[in-house]
Amino acid sequence: MADRDNPLPPKPSAQRLGREKLPPPVKDFRIDAFGAQPRTGGFRALVAALGLAMPSSIFADVPQAQPVLVFKLTADFREDPDPRKVNLGVGAYRTDDCQPWVLPVVRKVEHQIARNDALNHEYLPILGLPEFRSNASRIALGDDSPAIKEKRIGSVQSLGGTGALRVGAEFLRKWYNGTNNAATPVYVSSPTWENHNGVFGAAGFTDIRTYHYWDAAKRGLDLQGLLQDMENAPEFSIFVLHACAHNPTGTDPTPEQWEKIASVMKRRFLFPFFDSAYQGFASGDLDRDAWAVRYFVSEGFELFCAQSFSKNFGLYNERVGNLTVVGKDGDNVLRVLSQMEKIVRVLWSNPPAQGARIVATTLSSPEHFTMWKENVKTMADRILLMRAELRSRLEALGTPGTWNHITEQIGMFSFTGLTAKQVEYLINEKHIYLLPSGRINMCGLTTKNLDYVAASIYEAVTKIQ
Amino acid sequence: MPTLSVFLDVPLAPKTRGRLLDDFQKDENPNKVYLAYEVCMTGNEVPWLPPVVPKTLMKLAHDPSQSYEYLPEHGLEAFIHVATELLVGRHSPAIVENRVGGVHTIGGSGAIRLAAMFLKDWHRGPRVVYLQPSQKEQHGFIFQEMGFIIREYTFWDPYQLASDTGKLFDVVEHAPERSIVVLYNPGSFILPRKRWIKLAKVMKRKQIFLFFDVPDQGFISGDPDRDNKILRYFVSQGFEFFCSQCFSNSFGLYDERIGCLIAVALSNEALLHIRSQLDSYARYMWCSPPALGSRVITTILSNPALRVEWKKSLRGVVENIMLTREKVKEKLRLLGTPGSWEHITEQDGMHSFLGISVDQVDYLVTKKHIYIPKTGQFNLTCINNQNIDYIAQSINEAILAIGPGPQPREPPTKESVVPEDSELQVPGLKREGTKFSGLAALLRSKK
Repeated sequence: MADRDNPLPPKPSAQRLGREKLPPPVKDFRIDAFGAQPRTGGFRALVAALGLAMPSSIFADVPQAQPVLVFKLTADFREDPDPRKVNLGVGAYRTDDCQPWVLPVVRKVEHQIARNDALNHEYLPILGLPEFRSNASRIALGDDSPAIKEKRIGSVQSLGGTGALRVGAEFLRKWYNGTNNAATPVYVSSPTWENHNGVFGAAGFTDIRTYHYWDAAKRGLDLQGLLQDMENAPEFSIFVLHACAHNPTGTDPTPEQWEKIASVMKRRFLFPFFDSAYQGFASGDLDRDAWAVRYFVSEGFELFCAQSFSKNFGLYNERVGNLTVVGKDGDNVLRVLSQMEKIVRVLWSNPPAQGARIVATTLSSPEHFTMWKENVKTMADRILLMRAELRSRLEALGTPGTWNHITEQIGMFSFTGLTAKQVEYLINEKHIYLLPSGRINMCGLTTKNLDYVAASIYEAVTKIQ
Repeated sequence: MPTLSVFLDVPLAPKTRGRLLDDFQKDENPNKVYLAYEVCMTGNEVPWLPPVVPKTLMKLAHDPSQSYEYLPEHGLEAFIHVATELLVGRHSPAIVENRVGGVHTIGGSGAIRLAAMFLKDWHRGPRVVYLQPSQKEQHGFIFQEMGFIIREYTFWDPYQLASDTGKLFDVVEHAPERSIVVLYNPGSFILPRKRWIKLAKVMKRKQIFLFFDVPDQGFISGDPDRDNKILRYFVSQGFEFFCSQCFSNSFGLYDERIGCLIAVALSNEALLHIRSQLDSYARYMWCSPPALGSRVITTILSNPALRVEWKKSLRGVVENIMLTREKVKEKLRLLGTPGSWEHITEQDGMHSFLGISVDQVDYLVTKKHIYIPKTGQFNLTCINNQNIDYIAQSINEAILAIGPGPQPREPPTKESVVPEDSELQVPGLKREGTKFSGLAALLRSKK
């Protein structure tokens, strides 16, 4: 495969035409009747008619890039004609009728916004909508956050959680641990959301490592391994931590375990970069889900927190995210934000408004805020119900193995512990789609398909070892 | 806190833009005018928003079937389809042959970013980009970030007070083979047909990679289909190129970040491969683009009645701009302002060069509270019935105070030339040691 360092020899230039004058393809460039007859032929036909070889594309060496696995899964699901099919791979909330759900508060607020005649559609500032930024960070850090009181936080409105991670990663690569130190180790959990690797890699980091997280044997957190990796990590390494509802395992550290983690990180000068995509969605309680981030702040850490409002507001395609920066003092944060502005300027210039407006309007109005919390709880409660129901069915069937992890895990995803072969069986024989890792999205379960899914898992586990 | 901040060594980034706006906002003079807004303004000093847009927004907000499900990485397919059609024309051979398509991006900037990343990885040629000074802050910064060297060129001749698209010949003659040339706002390019054919030949011979940028389709002639004639010519000539398409201006929806990166390739296979690579870049930056703006535009462009309504209001705005040009020129003439003002009506689009000297601009800013950048490039939509007289009078005053008025003239001889901006190369301006090929000299003498 050709790349910049190993260029292929230059391709022969397009053959010269026999005549000097080409028949003009358009009559005149300034006056050409709109709605002219469709041209049958074009360049290719002309070349063919003259009996010449088609010049090859200057992009002939560009290979097809690999698509993301979960998109392929969804595509396969969509094409599957079997009426029993179940999609447990998608990363979005579904109602009990397996439909997407627009939060009632979102409907209300979007109508309000559409009715506003005075709405100005000028570019947002580079760092985003001010009301959104302050409210978003406040939600993560808490109303009574010492960092907010001491005015040492900053916010950057971003294109979803991915955008927030990217801005933070670009900044850290440019300005953290030296200048342009792309070799600072970045640790992501094993396993983690695939995009973590991609985002930090694209931001220029050259040394991305994993830290122990999932213990397959005991189906829980490998705290020993995690702490050991932190002890061994070079000082100032960056650690990507999931604030709650770990993706894909659904397994979070307990408060006591977080305290141990924080203690090691403080001693080793490790930088916490939180990924908070499920606040409110995990337990149904916003403050409970933000406990870890707030604890770190109270312990005096400087940290980044990439927030996504895709799931807890159901605003997936409006790309609403926020990067919260917590520093030692306001001056540091000011300088950091000034550099982030430069970074945003060459990424997307300034962010889109609609999603941010919806979130800002909701968070800043007590009535809407209450309604939002109820909507979030509705989603979280349905997931908790599905967890309980799936577990009880699996146990009732006498499915080999232990299944308490289904209810002990938290958030949208569950690491079932199914092997790759068992997953294959479920997809091919039972038309139940899930990731090879055994990750399922609880939202894909409904009261209508619970029995079928439980029975299928039982089959897979008993038939395939 | 006992430990030092890990951000201790992070320097404060200097503010590169917005100083003019800051000064304007701090100014307390009641007559102050800001003529450098990026956006298209109306007479009421609010940004232009065609009525069809809020109407469509309202309709979409009340659509019960609408959900917020993730778009694919490349965005809304229907939007890419209408955007491509708008750009190259519904009956384009490239569409028929399925070799044009693209990615829905975060505005024009997002498109430029994706293109720059792709070119960094896959373009076999020198890492050199030619662009106009007005593109320095957008294309320039992004390409520099990707490690490209930026070289500037300009059509605007401050001596002849005219925009000469023919300067492209100089650019292309002197550019290394396979350089990248950014062609901003091709709707405003004017050349006789024969010269276009010649230019295309030279570009083909030197394998120049063209990167078109269409920031406001429809704002040149008032008709979006007329504005892209040049682009369509290059398609028909079998060129492969990129085009970043920005919809902010044409629909007044700046804050929803609607853009497209369109790629024209020679084969469907190449197009698919290109798109897959662009998808992978988008995946780690924004995952997928925001939906609302693209849904509004797709709705408007796909619905014949809404489309007609949109085109009508666009035409109205452009006619207003043309009228403003005439008015400004006429008022200056009536005041007896020294100088030639033909260039006011000869330029097109939203932004134009005033043609006055840096000192005269300074006079306007400091003494008359009329804010224009040093280049003298201003936004015509910022001039309205309330401020046009004040502006004309102020320009008159500035010229009388610091003459002379702008006049087309020969550039000074090379001995007396002191380049104002060492990065700014004005093709056609003879410099020490510059060699011109015989053909270029012949072209120049024929102009």
